[in-house]
Amino acid sequence: MASFWSYWVIVLTVVTIVGISWILFANRKREAQSSEKTTGHVYDEIEEYDNPLPAWWFYMFVITIVWGIGYLIIYPGMGNFAGVLGWTQIGQYEQQVAAADEKYRDLRDRYLALPVEEIAVDPAVRKMGMRMFANNCAQCHGADAKGAYGFPNLTDDDWIYGGDAATIKATLVNGRQAVMPAWGDVIGDKGIKDVTQYLLRLNGRDADVAQADAGETVFKTYCVACHGADGTGNQAMGAPNLTNGVWLYGGSEEQIAQTLRAGRNGVMPAFKDTLSEDKIHILTAYVYGLNEQ
Amino acid sequence: MSELNSALEHPTYNYKVVRQFAVMTVVWGIVGMLVGVLIAAQLAWPALNFDLPWLHFGRLRPLHTNAVIFAFGGSALFATSYYVVQRTCQVRLISDKLAAITFWGWQLVIVSAAITLPLGLTTSKEYAELEWPIDLLITVVWVLYAIVFFGTIARRKADHIYVANWFFGAFIIAVAVLHIINSLEMPIALNSFKSYSIYAGTVDAMVQWWYGHNAVGFFLTAGFLGMMYYFVPKQAERPVYSYRLSIVHFWALVAVYIWAGPHHLHYTALPDWAQSLGMVMSLILLAPSWGGMINGMMTLSGAWHKLRTDPILRFLVVSLSFYGMSTFEGPMMSIKTVNSLSHYTDWTIGHVHSGALGWVAMISIGSMYHLIPILFGRERMYSISLINAHFWMSTIGTVLYIASMWVNGILQGLMWRAYNQDGTLTYSFVESVAASYPGYVVRVIGGAIFFSGMLLMAYNLYMTSRKDIEPQAIPAAASAA
Repeated sequence: MASFWSYWVIVLTVVTIVGISWILFANRKREAQSSEKTTGHVYDEIEEYDNPLPAWWFYMFVITIVWGIGYLIIYPGMGNFAGVLGWTQIGQYEQQVAAADEKYRDLRDRYLALPVEEIAVDPAVRKMGMRMFANNCAQCHGADAKGAYGFPNLTDDDWIYGGDAATIKATLVNGRQAVMPAWGDVIGDKGIKDVTQYLLRLNGRDADVAQADAGETVFKTYCVACHGADGTGNQAMGAPNLTNGVWLYGGSEEQIAQTLRAGRNGVMPAFKDTLSEDKIHILTAYVYGLNEQ
Repeated sequence: MSELNSALEHPTYNYKVVRQFAVMTVVWGIVGMLVGVLIAAQLAWPALNFDLPWLHFGRLRPLHTNAVIFAFGGSALFATSYYVVQRTCQVRLISDKLAAITFWGWQLVIVSAAITLPLGLTTSKEYAELEWPIDLLITVVWVLYAIVFFGTIARRKADHIYVANWFFGAFIIAVAVLHIINSLEMPIALNSFKSYSIYAGTVDAMVQWWYGHNAVGFFLTAGFLGMMYYFVPKQAERPVYSYRLSIVHFWALVAVYIWAGPHHLHYTALPDWAQSLGMVMSLILLAPSWGGMINGMMTLSGAWHKLRTDPILRFLVVSLSFYGMSTFEGPMMSIKTVNSLSHYTDWTIGHVHSGALGWVAMISIGSMYHLIPILFGRERMYSISLINAHFWMSTIGTVLYIASMWVNGILQGLMWRAYNQDGTLTYSFVESVAASYPGYVVRVIGGAIFFSGMLLMAYNLYMTSRKDIEPQAIPAAASAA
């Protein structure tokens, strides 16, 4: 804050506090009339006594003013004056975080030193992981981790990017940006319908033979690059397996066609700036363990 | 009310505009509280928004707050300030025409709010949601209000200005300043309702809460203290307790309230110094706030026995008790340590309603019961028993509401900060929502009881306004109770 504004704040504060103190004391000293006598003013038959300020109220007022002045000496408040304690909000926060880190460091370091696969079965880790999951992951993936429309199920052992410990951790740390391009303009309405029928057949569902055959040709031209010749996907690219009946954006005929036509964009946020390394380690173990039971 | 004949008109004073505002106080009270009960029910049973965007909580909540604060509370303040300024200055309002414009203008503001808010047209600034064309209309109406009010004071026949008028005057000036500064905004086009605030980021937040808290301080406190200073001594038929106390607490209240806004932004991006000043001034505000309560309560000394027979006086006294309670609670909640528990929880909503239901609504209802018979040329309200029933419904409704929100607020605050031995949080957010369910149900019940009392008032108002019906005899039970 520029020093002009700092003085501005100080002057306004002092004027206010001095002003209310003056009006309080000035009206206390003035001689009080007895409660039997009114001020002589009459407004629409309402008269006014001029009783003295109640003592307890007067002292309560004085105490709050004195306390306020004391607070403004100890804590920041008077413009740029930092207060004698040097207290800051960010300082308080950092102190509390440091104290918590100190308190839990041993526990965390112990788990951090162990491999994910090993601690994934530790009941204490599972409990911690479940609570972290409830506060950080459940909003999208559900309290039971079974996912929702657009958010993958984490318990079915079907992994878009891979289910080994290192890959799960990488997903948590850096997040993922998933893009299924829109094919409507490229393969046209007929192409969309044909590929949809082909995908239904790949999953063993009823499909129109002629359309599915045509769709296979289109698939092997365009889709193969990411989802592979057999449609089982490619975890390195985050291209889902299209043959196992798991559909992130719905498996109805119309939903599949919509995905092909307009594409999809999925975002898994990066947690490296939100959660510390040890917490991500424990969450990784928790998610990994969801599929080991 | 078109059947009212000129026989109702006072030879000196303009009662017509007062009567119009008094009737609309009851009407808007019913509308605003009905919306409140609906959205309270939605929090317990979300299906009650019927999947309609116009009934969505996010759109109806600002409609509720605008309706109860500005439509119900505003109409009550217009009615009582126009009445009190005439009676205590012994002079008619300077212009019947301007007064009529403020009435119809204010109703137009309210109707505009009731249409635009459910349509989703909002600035998104709390208690200042109305978009720029309506903001301009409010400004015009408010300036005319100030002209009528201060013009009337300037022509007064009494030597001094009565304390009630100090408070009404401070309320009118401060609300004008607050509304204009907070609502500075740039429309995206002249044919569009959409505008953007001229402030950004933390400055926007600070201006918003400077406005927001002083909407409480000057609209809901100073204005209603003006009401209190006339109707309490009038109904109790006792002199005001202390003239000097009114001087001290008036000047201290207006000087200190204006600083208190930052306590809405504790532990945020607001600089530390601003948070501290907001907290210090909020605590110093305790005594000035209580000055009004003391002056009201002590005015009853020598008249306490009247509480046994006069439910109107009960409304006024209990409203002062809730005023004292919420103005104690407010400074406590402004302390950072307390605020870190209470902020973002239902405790805040409970605190607001102990002021809004217990203080603002009950003092308004009591004042209206005093005023309505006078405005309709009757000796008293049609039914004193119904006033008494209304009193108990209001009191019980308020207590249920604020007690359930205290429980919920403390529960939520404690659940959010609870952590385990391993350092993880004990509860997820949604668990605190589930735990709040019983409190939400109790709130609906309390709110519905308070709302039902307003229906009794509407019936009582209607029967009092009927020329062909005599008031009921004063029940023996009320005088013996």
